[in-house]
Amino acid sequence: MSKRTTRGAAMNRPAPRPLRQKVLVLYLANSALDSPTVAWAVYDGTGETLHMAGDADEPPYATGLAALRDGWRLFQASQLLPHTRGEEFDLAYLKYEFFFEQLVEIDP
Amino acid sequence: MTSGPLLSSVQMASFVARGFLRFDGVVPDDINRQFMAEAGEIPEAQDGVRIRKLYGEALAANAIPEVAAGTPLADAYPHGSALARLLDLPLVRGAVESLLGDRPVFDHHFLHVTFPPAYHAAGGGENVSQHTHQDSTIDPRTAFDLQIMYYPHAVTRPMGGTRFVPGTHLRKVSEVALGRYQNIRGQQHMVCEAGTLLFLHHGIWHGGGVNLSDRTRFMFKIRMHASGPQTRRWDLSDLPPPNSGPGPQRPIFYRKTAPEPNTVATVLTTPEPWFEQDTSRLEYVNRIRLWRYLAEDPTFDVDYWMTRLETNPV
Repeated sequence: MSKRTTRGAAMNRPAPRPLRQKVLVLYLANSALDSPTVAWAVYDGTGETLHMAGDADEPPYATGLAALRDGWRLFQASQLLPHTRGEEFDLAYLKYEFFFEQLVEIDP
Repeated sequence: MTSGPLLSSVQMASFVARGFLRFDGVVPDDINRQFMAEAGEIPEAQDGVRIRKLYGEALAANAIPEVAAGTPLADAYPHGSALARLLDLPLVRGAVESLLGDRPVFDHHFLHVTFPPAYHAAGGGENVSQHTHQDSTIDPRTAFDLQIMYYPHAVTRPMGGTRFVPGTHLRKVSEVALGRYQNIRGQQHMVCEAGTLLFLHHGIWHGGGVNLSDRTRFMFKIRMHASGPQTRRWDLSDLPPPNSGPGPQRPIFYRKTAPEPNTVATVLTTPEPWFEQDTSRLEYVNRIRLWRYLAEDPTFDVDYWMTRLETNPV
């Protein structure tokens, strides 16, 4: 295939459609991705849906693994950290946090 | 302020474990109507007028007084006002005394108004729920303040209602740092009849629900704290004397029957739907510690959670 032909093909290719990120945050019952969901959040960068605090009483996925099977890509998981001496029983934020994403094409 | 009927040990244990007590429809209608009159009218939505402006003007014009922080609760409201009458209800007096002791002190109050969609559309704002948060700031105390949420009119699910998550009150977090959590298993929405009261531990995670109805929603919150010891102030008649030791405790894990319901031990070791599998046990430890503080009983234990940690043979 000549350079000329390649350039011609590229010129005929449709421009890529813009991408937007959907983010799903799952809080699980332990550090295993197949453990049950105890809390969740959804942030939709496409603007198609608006999620907010208190908008659902049942999680979108029963486990993190169920989200993977539905096409969500895991991109961050909370670390397992040792417990500070003297503060072993202090509890604060939810412990097992997993961030997933989907990249969605939108109309330009 | 004289006392009313005191809370039972099981009610206190429920407050320790779950961080709330709910009393539905306990404020008489005439007090509810008086309160709504004193809270004043909210003007109709007007194009170009922001909610903040309407809200500010309504608060300035209503009959609910400003009250200085640190005022004795008994002196916070004018005699005969709706809030003075509410606080003088025997149920309220008894519950407040059980949780804080006598002579509680006023911290602050606020009239929460949640507007229907028409107001947001007219004012150019977005109609969304409040992020889940813990009030005030990081609070490492074992002692607790009490927040009374008063619902002077019926609240339906479309009106939003206060959202709260039972059992979160013992977690030491920094106000709205937890706003990322949109939904938590077991969260509750205050759908209730007029005159309902929700007594909250100051640490409970909560937020105002979005109002999707055509009615403006009101909720009045009063925060108060103890002026002296808040320990052993409830109806202690069914409680063993302090320092009697835990004695032989009930069988754990390998049990052939369900634990007896409605006991202090069972209530303190009942999990919430959102509990993580490992930290649920730390929640039990922290509940037992709070019960020890309130009961003035450093030997109290349930299911060996503390005994195991405190057994340290020389």
